[in-house]
Amino acid sequence: MERIQVAYINNLSERLGKSVKLGNLEIALFKLSNGEVRAIENSCPHKGGLLSQGIVSGEHVFCPLHDWKICTGDGEVQAPDEGCVRTYKVEIQDEKVYVCL
Amino acid sequence: MNFLLNKQTEKIIGSKRVKGLLFKDGSKVAADLVVMAVGIRPNVQLAKDSRIHVNRGIIVDDYMQTDSPNIHAVGECAEHREVVYGLVAPLYEQGKIVAEKICGVEGKKYEGSVVSTQLKVSGVDVFSAGRFMDSDDTKSIKVYDDFEGVYKKVVIQDNKVIGAVLFGNISDGPKLLGMINKGTDISDLPKVSILQSSADGSSESPVITVITMANSEVICGCNGVTKSTICEAIVENGLTTVDQVKNCTNASRSCGGCKPLVQDLLEHTLGDDFDQSDIKEAICSCTNLSREEVIEEIKGKKLKFVKEVMNVLGWKNDEGCSKCRPALNYYLGMLYPSEYNDEEESRFVNERLHANIQADGTYSVVPRMYGGVTNANDLRKIADVSDKYDVAMIKLTGGQRIDLLGIKKEDLPKVWAELDMPSGYAYGKALRTVKTCVGSRFCRFGTQDSTQLGIDLEKKFERLNTPHKVKMSVSACPRNCAESGIKDVGIVGVDGGFEMYVGGNGGTHLRAGDLLCTVKTEEEVFEFTSAFLQYYRETANYLERTSKWVERTGLEHVREMLFDQKSRQQLVERMDESLTHTKDPWKEIVENENKQEKLFQNLSSAVPSRV
Ligand code: FES
Repeated sequence: MERIQVAYINNLSERLGKSVKLGNLEIALFKLSNGEVRAIENSCPHKGGLLSQGIVSGEHVFCPLHDWKICTGDGEVQAPDEGCVRTYKVEIQDEKVYVCL
Repeated sequence: MNFLLNKQTEKIIGSKRVKGLLFKDGSKVAADLVVMAVGIRPNVQLAKDSRIHVNRGIIVDDYMQTDSPNIHAVGECAEHREVVYGLVAPLYEQGKIVAEKICGVEGKKYEGSVVSTQLKVSGVDVFSAGRFMDSDDTKSIKVYDDFEGVYKKVVIQDNKVIGAVLFGNISDGPKLLGMINKGTDISDLPKVSILQSSADGSSESPVITVITMANSEVICGCNGVTKSTICEAIVENGLTTVDQVKNCTNASRSCGGCKPLVQDLLEHTLGDDFDQSDIKEAICSCTNLSREEVIEEIKGKKLKFVKEVMNVLGWKNDEGCSKCRPALNYYLGMLYPSEYNDEEESRFVNERLHANIQADGTYSVVPRMYGGVTNANDLRKIADVSDKYDVAMIKLTGGQRIDLLGIKKEDLPKVWAELDMPSGYAYGKALRTVKTCVGSRFCRFGTQDSTQLGIDLEKKFERLNTPHKVKMSVSACPRNCAESGIKDVGIVGVDGGFEMYVGGNGGTHLRAGDLLCTVKTEEEVFEFTSAFLQYYRETANYLERTSKWVERTGLEHVREMLFDQKSRQQLVERMDESLTHTKDPWKEIVENENKQEKLFQNLSSAVPSRV
């Protein structure tokens, strides 16, 4: 597993997602209101909406295009819609945020 | 006995108990007891001046006709069979009679109205209907309960209820009014049961009362809605709440006095399907509270933050959802225009980034062009920016603006800086555009300078947050080239004035606007637009367009609010207060690097080649 530093913790604002480009990959990074940081694929399974721009509530994000609700923990789309996005493990060390690929 | 007429009371004097009264003219009078009585006096000057027969009111016959054949009078200025009514319900009944008369429809005579009123006096509910004073030929049933603070009296003549007055508990009001109107014979009823209120758990539950009513019986006296109309609407449209019945049939729209009856009808018609908790519409699935309740709580408890509202009001989801978060953010901003700090994270992406997100994740930019008027300099800047930032398409919008599509999020602040034009708010729940036609400056048909008025309106109301987007337009003549008939506020210039249409919609909910009023001056256009928009801001549900709102609230009610000079003035003041706190968002972001970084910059990292 590769660990890549993507941000400093103070680059992230609570409940405002950030998009991170890693080569061909695009990840949405979220700092939840409990301080936890989550990383998921930045593309909605519906029509590819940029999840980093959605409204964050608890550990869920609402897609900005058609309001699908997606869990940032397990990547599952919430009913009545279906699907899932990839999730990535996040580690924080000395103020630095790492994503594990 | 000493009568002091034409005196206006300024003050009641006395600290522990009343000592006297001070009048406006400075004179005083000593008093041990002060009785207040308030009433209205019909305004009959016009009729008097026109030599129409006037007593206390304008005298009318059973067809509401005055002694002059083509002149009719209705409402509180009219006197019918020696009675002057100061309430709204008789006006509706009289209006119907006149309408039939004018249209030449063979109609009923007006036989007078049984009036009922429902008030709160010093916090005590009071209901009265019909003749409630005793006389030689009447008998009455009275209840006086010192423990509960209740007084009830029903006046009976020839075994029929002819009047009632209730203090403290007025839940029997509608039932008694029904008996008065129907002339129910009560000789067979045990007398006390007439006064048994529904809550007593007595044999006659209220539902039984509505069941026994005839289908043709009027439930809502203000709007003349019968039991059968309500029941049919419930069944046909699957209505489940009093609010829905109100919207669908108008029942309980005016005074609200018949709400308990409507509720009973719902219970009775739906049977087991009736769900008490369903009586109102919750703002989203995170709560059971309706918009009105949430707003009341926010005001009452002085809640100032989205999070606080959710905590205090027991939201089911700690952080709400994509429906309630933007809604609460809007309500708080509307209630506290000077103090509230807008919450970016509770805004939908377009309003957070001040641009419209597109299917491919790029954004579109629409600069402000007041009244749809531009100039060579602005066009040059738009062309240069389009070249520099690879704008994928330049499109003219329906609101007479220029839309630059396909801009990358990171570029937005730079694009705005280089355009150096105000935000056009094409993304916002706000005033979008004021569309205009050419108007009298060039057009040979124009009666008004629609372009300039449109520019002025747009400058005044730009940046205002509203429950949903607001589109306006100004046409200079009834040819209506700016399509004022399908705008939230549409102005049509006519010779010597302006017609104002409201609640029009050219989108999903296609609807022609209603003529709100005709005014003479541009100042009045501003005044009524201000008051209308402010009332909409204060009472509409978040994401409710004016078209739906006008239908739900009722144009008549909106008019009542706007035509009353005092309430109009207050609305205008609150609007002005809100307008002083707006700033151009593009400029704010261009000048604030923190915001640029927080909202617009993406991150990237190098990755080992194999990923
Ligand atoms: S693309 Fe995400 S909901 Fe449609």
